[in-house]
Amino acid sequence: MNRRLRLWLVGVGGAGLAALLVAACLDLPRFGGDRHPYGDRAVRASLSRHTANTISSVNFDQRAFDTLGEMSILFAAVLGCVVLLRQTRDEHRDRPEPAEVARPVRGYALLVLPVALLTGLYVIAHGQLSPGGGFQGGVVAATALHLLYLGADYRALERVRPIGVFEVGDALSAAAYLVTGLAAVLAGTAFLTNTLLPYGTFNTLSSGGTVPLLNAAIGMEVACAVVVLLARFLDQAVEIEQDKGEGEVRAP
Amino acid sequence: MTDAVIVVALLLVAASATVAVATRDPERQALVLSVLGVVLAVLFTVLQAPDVGLSQLAVGSAVTPLLLLLTVRKVRRRPRRKEPPP
Repeated sequence: MNRRLRLWLVGVGGAGLAALLVAACLDLPRFGGDRHPYGDRAVRASLSRHTANTISSVNFDQRAFDTLGEMSILFAAVLGCVVLLRQTRDEHRDRPEPAEVARPVRGYALLVLPVALLTGLYVIAHGQLSPGGGFQGGVVAATALHLLYLGADYRALERVRPIGVFEVGDALSAAAYLVTGLAAVLAGTAFLTNTLLPYGTFNTLSSGGTVPLLNAAIGMEVACAVVVLLARFLDQAVEIEQDKGEGEVRAP
Repeated sequence: MTDAVIVVALLLVAASATVAVATRDPERQALVLSVLGVVLAVLFTVLQAPDVGLSQLAVGSAVTPLLLLLTVRKVRRRPRRKEPPP
């Protein structure tokens, strides 16, 4: 394909997309209107199953199968990173030197770390009640651990973060989501249907049937996945060195 | 009143996104991206989507810039090692 044809193709495609977008925008309901047909139905469904946070009800009950797909995407992405960023044959590990950390930075990091970790766990635990949930809380909890890298050094972080445990945790929680879905099948309904457990009292931690279970599984999966992902990047940035001889041959 | 807040948040997003595109140095770009993440989280919260705002705050302003900075460090470190001839 030559240059002119490609430009022409991009032009036609772009113009078509722009025309469709404008046409779609003209048909949108007005900004800030008070008619929300989908929202009303979602809220009704979530209230009937005693889930206070409608978003969680959509994520883990009404559209639980979509969330399974999203979780698999994250799982596959992290798996790909682990494979790509492994230590290759022409690389070796250097123990990183303990680094000097400015006193205020150290104090701040060590003060904020437990607060951030607790916030993350709180956000996971209250996913079915208030804004947030497994995904948000999982990311917060996982990044909170890495404040130790800022406050102390890489070796301290490695000590509190045995990577094998987090890899197993990632796989286990992904499996837990699937098993909860399959349990519904065994009970005689469709995959991931929320009819297995009693719905509980509205606006308490145990309300919402399987929503808190799936939410917790996602929280653990995301936290473990982010820890493993960041560990691979940190390994590459801090520890893994290319061997001198081969590195120069390969350099462009 | 709410409309004014939305307009301000939208303008902030547009400004920081433009700065993020215009910045060429990856290290600075990571910092600008982090600011953009915070501003986007504010916009989502103003538009009554606190769940999305929380995700944006956690991923957009913490994890993505961190991954970028680590990548830049890895890529920059290799040439520096070669500078003194062996």
